[in-house]
Amino acid sequence: MKRASQSRLPLYAFVACAFVMCAIPSEAHLNSTGVGPFYDGLIHFLMSPEDIIPVLALALLAGLRGASYGRRALFTLPVAWFLGGLVGLSALTTRPHPFISAAWFLMLGGLLAADAEVSLRVTTALATLLGVYHGYLNGAGMGQFETAAVALLGLVFAIFVLIALAAAFVVRLRADWSRIAVRVAGSWIAASGLLMLGWAIRTR
Amino acid sequence: MIKTTTQQFSKCSRVLAVILFYTEAAFAHPQKGEAVGFLTGFRHPISGLDHVLAMVAVGLWGAQLGAPAIWVLPVAFPMVMAFGGMLGLMGVPLPGVEYGIALSAILLGAAVLFEFRPPLGCAAALVGFFAIFHGHAHGTELPPGQSALVYSIGFVMATGLLHALGIGIGTVHRWGWGQKFLRLAGALVAVGGMFFMWKAVA
Repeated sequence: MKRASQSRLPLYAFVACAFVMCAIPSEAHLNSTGVGPFYDGLIHFLMSPEDIIPVLALALLAGLRGASYGRRALFTLPVAWFLGGLVGLSALTTRPHPFISAAWFLMLGGLLAADAEVSLRVTTALATLLGVYHGYLNGAGMGQFETAAVALLGLVFAIFVLIALAAAFVVRLRADWSRIAVRVAGSWIAASGLLMLGWAIRTR
Repeated sequence: MIKTTTQQFSKCSRVLAVILFYTEAAFAHPQKGEAVGFLTGFRHPISGLDHVLAMVAVGLWGAQLGAPAIWVLPVAFPMVMAFGGMLGLMGVPLPGVEYGIALSAILLGAAVLFEFRPPLGCAAALVGFFAIFHGHAHGTELPPGQSALVYSIGFVMATGLLHALGIGIGTVHRWGWGQKFLRLAGALVAVGGMFFMWKAVA
C-alpha cells in the first residue's frame, strides 16, 4: 500500500508542477479587465502626468495664496473638468496640442515659482480653463466607452481629493523654508514646461 | 514497477519542460517609452561629471551666501538650463559649449573657494549664464523617441536634486571646520573644471 502511494508521487508532483508552471497572462495590471469604470477613471488621472502635474501646480498655487483660494480651486476645477469631459464625450477624435500642454506647465509653474499674487478671480479663471481643456481631452479619449460618464466621475473625484490634500497641506505651512520648497517645485514644473516646448518645436 | 514509474516520470518531465518554455508576455509595464523616458531623463544630468560639479557647486555657493541666494540660485539654474535645453532641442547653435561648461566649474568652484560675495543679481546672472551652456549641451544630446513630458520631469528633478545635494553639503558652513571644508570642496570643483577645460582644448 505504502509502495503504491510512493509510486504515484511523481505523478502527483507532475500535476502540481503543471498547475503552477502553466502560465497564462496574469492580468495583474488590469490592462484588459479594468477595475470598473469609476476606478478606471480615477486611476487614469493618477497615472497621467500630463494631467496630474498642472492640477498639482494649481492646487499648490491656491494653497500659497490662502484657504479661500484653495476652496475656490477645490470646487471650480473638478466641476469645470467634468463639464469639459461631458462635452468631449461627443467629440470624434482630438489630440492634446503639445504647445498648449507646455504652456500650462510654464504658466502655472511660473506663477507658483514667483509666488504670484493672483486674485481670486484669476485663480477661478485658471481653474475653469484648465478644467475645461483637460476635461475635454479626457472626455474625447473616453467617448468610445459606454460607461465613460462614470469614469469621468472617478477622474473628477481623484482631482477633488488631490486639490484638497495639496492645497490644505500648503495653506498650513508657516515656515519660510517650507513655502520656498513649494516655490522650488513650481520652478521645476516651469522648467519641465520649457523643455516640453523645445520638444514640441523639434518634433513639429 | 519502479521502472514503469521512472519512465512515467521521464515522460511527464518532458511535457513539463515544454510548458516551462512556453512563456507569455507580462503586460506588466506602463505606456511604451514612458518609464524609459523618465529614467533616461533622470540619468542625463548625473551622467557627466562636468555637469555634476557645476550643479553641486551652485548649491554650495548658495549655502555659503545664505538667504535669499540659497534658494534663488538653485531656482535660477534649472529654469535657465531648461531654456538652454529648449534652444538645443530647437537646433539653435551655441558656440563653445564645452568651454562654457568647463569654465562654469572653474568659476563656480573659485567662487566657493574664495567665498566670493557679489550682489544677488550678479550671482544669479553668473549662474544663469553658465546654465545656458549646460542646458544646451543636454538639449542637443537628447535621444530620439522618448516621452517628452516624463523625460523633462526626470531631467529637471535630477538637476534640482544635485543642487539640493550641494545645499545639503553647504549646511556645514555654520561651523568653522565646515567653512574650511567648503572652501576645499570649491577648490576641488575648480580643479575638476580645469581638467575638463584641458580636455576641451586638447
